[in-house]
Amino acid sequence: MSAVVESRESQFETFSYDDKLTKMFAIATMVWGVVALFLGVWVAFELATYKMNLDSPYFTFGRLRPLHTNAAIFAFVGNAIFAGIYYSTPRLLKTRMASDLMGRIHFWGWQLIIVAAAISLPLGYTTSKEYAELEWPIDIAVALVWVTFGVNFFLTLKQRRERHIYVAIWFYIATIITVAVLYVVNNLEVPVSWMKSYSLFAGVQDALVQWWYGHNAVAFFLTTPFLGLMYYFIQKAVNRPVYSYRLSIIHFWSLIFVYIWAGPHHLLYSALPEWVQTVGMAFSIALWAPSWGGMINGLLTLRGAWDRVRKEPILKFFATAVTFYGMATFEGPLLSIKSVNAIGHFTDWIVGHVHAGTIGWNYMMTAGVLYYMVPKLWKTELWSQRLANIQFWSATIGLLLYIMSMWTAGITKGLMWRAVDETGKLVYPDFVETVIKIIPMYWVRAFGGVLVLFGFILLIINLYKTIKLAPKEENQEEEKFKALPLSASPLDTHGGPHRKLEGLTLLFSVLSFVAIIIGSMIELLPALLSNNFIAKDARVKPYRPLEVAGRDIFVREGCYTCHSQLVRPMAAEKLRYGRVSTAAEYVYDRPFQWGSRRIGPDLMRVGGKYNHMWHYRHMLNPREVTPGSIMPNYPWLFKNKVKFEALTKKLNVLAALGAPYSKEEIDNAPMLAKEHAQKIMNELEAGGVKKKMIDKEIVALIAYLQRLGTDLGGDDEISSVE
Amino acid sequence: MEIIKFLIPMALGMGMIFVGLFIWSTRSGQFDDLDTPSKRMLLEDDETHLVNKPITHERKDV
Repeated sequence: MSAVVESRESQFETFSYDDKLTKMFAIATMVWGVVALFLGVWVAFELATYKMNLDSPYFTFGRLRPLHTNAAIFAFVGNAIFAGIYYSTPRLLKTRMASDLMGRIHFWGWQLIIVAAAISLPLGYTTSKEYAELEWPIDIAVALVWVTFGVNFFLTLKQRRERHIYVAIWFYIATIITVAVLYVVNNLEVPVSWMKSYSLFAGVQDALVQWWYGHNAVAFFLTTPFLGLMYYFIQKAVNRPVYSYRLSIIHFWSLIFVYIWAGPHHLLYSALPEWVQTVGMAFSIALWAPSWGGMINGLLTLRGAWDRVRKEPILKFFATAVTFYGMATFEGPLLSIKSVNAIGHFTDWIVGHVHAGTIGWNYMMTAGVLYYMVPKLWKTELWSQRLANIQFWSATIGLLLYIMSMWTAGITKGLMWRAVDETGKLVYPDFVETVIKIIPMYWVRAFGGVLVLFGFILLIINLYKTIKLAPKEENQEEEKFKALPLSASPLDTHGGPHRKLEGLTLLFSVLSFVAIIIGSMIELLPALLSNNFIAKDARVKPYRPLEVAGRDIFVREGCYTCHSQLVRPMAAEKLRYGRVSTAAEYVYDRPFQWGSRRIGPDLMRVGGKYNHMWHYRHMLNPREVTPGSIMPNYPWLFKNKVKFEALTKKLNVLAALGAPYSKEEIDNAPMLAKEHAQKIMNELEAGGVKKKMIDKEIVALIAYLQRLGTDLGGDDEISSVE
Repeated sequence: MEIIKFLIPMALGMGMIFVGLFIWSTRSGQFDDLDTPSKRMLLEDDETHLVNKPITHERKDV
């Protein structure tokens, strides 16, 4: 017996962990966390009072909201994921990460990308595709850094000393593979210039790709990596094994398989073909099961330790995070049901739902992970349990205020939009009424956000003190660990027949599930391949040169963050906005501008609704024409000049992508645009606008707005629907 | 809507990659033991040298 032990002893390999990298990511998480949350609070106040937009292009909601979402997802949560992965992966695999250098490239590359985003988004460089707003050079950098991360990760996997790949690692693998695919496909775009590009896809297709990406960014950036972290850090913090390892495996494989299909639930009642919407809805509802598999597994890991949850802040954060994960993943399928979506979509309910996930799940998990990891990394104790407890309550109360105010605001707005009286007229025909009604809720939400931010500042103080007071000498050298090489641990063959059967049952259930999915797809594919789903409409023409310039301004200012361009097939929408949108109308929209919220009214049929002078005054000061409006002022549109010369290049790219511009039109684009501007000026000058305004951006924007939704002409519904 | 001809095969393809990964991992014995992995990950780092030994259900000598 002792001989065996000795021979094994001689095979031990010594290794250490690259914890310096983990520390760097942990600190970056804290830094960007406070930035992202501060931006969130800022934009929340912008909706409560328009004055917070500061009359400055760099601070308007349309530009800061994408910065907030990108900062929260990729900077805050992103760095938290990396910190957690770089901490847990080497420990689970009993090896150092494959390359220190690749780790450094990953770290600094990612931070540079964040800085590039923080500069380019307020400057108005955006693709306007939600959570993928960064322009093409930054996209390339993201892809390269992600691949570096992936290569380092898989090389580490290869050199592991632990035969068994623990479930957390499976979640990390799914994250790395899927995010790479999603990001690349959704960002396929054709550059026009150094920081401007047009989407490879147009209209309905662009919308479908975007929300296939958008939803899976939630799935594979905010969910799967955090489930991986959950399966490592909760068990470690509570020192108990996961409730059911088998459940973790089952819900992992089903979750990743189902999630990828759920995207179209963002496009219910849109011009997307009906069957795609239905497939998206069905998969979204199915998602409830694997999501709750994870939730139940996380919560039940704490079984028998609830007394500790009461006392230890780390466990409070974890228990709350998993609870909110359960809540958000119940609310998601609920909102994916078409009839519920009819009320919830375009309202603040969705925003509340998202924050139940991002604050409830991601923020709370991150806090728990940091409180667990930082003292361990710096070999010390947490400075103050009390402060952590205060953060917990501050964040929890703030989050509840957030979610509840957004439920109230969303459902109120959704019901007001659709309220029709017995004579068949809208009860609230003025959109602004539905905005003014919920402003108190915007204040409550902003205050909730302050509490969440305040809690995070406490976390930073607490962890700063923890690090500061950590013993210096012990942190000098990397600790050494020992483990046998992989070759010394052959597969466990001791498992009895019962174990084998367990494995097979699992295989059997998953395979039968897969069979069902494939079967459904095979049924659907013929229908799909034999039909051209977008009925072309000859009346729909590409945008004229000045309209292209105006559209790019619309995109730059992030108008889509508040205004949709999609009239849904519902009586109330038809009454409020006009003719229902058809897929054919969007074929030249690169990128699509359907938006996801109606903080302001839909703009699909705004063309011709008001005169030029109305738009002119409205953009200068929205309250002058719409009392009570919360839209920012856009004074810079009256100073910036349109870059007429750039239009030739833009039309060229659009033509290459399929817009039928003639060669003449392309070559004379600047001149045609100026002629168009003069026509608009004729009316504006009659209203007292000075002649010199002709080359200003406002004129181009008016040209675009007046074009919106006018191609099909009058109101002949019948000919356009079929 | 031609994009669907790309997205659906891609979604299926990704699904298939994961199914393939699943089959591979099952065949290579990743899921033969669904009991000890959850406990082994709890072992502290200073006990690392124990980790590679498959844990049996017998109690260790006290």
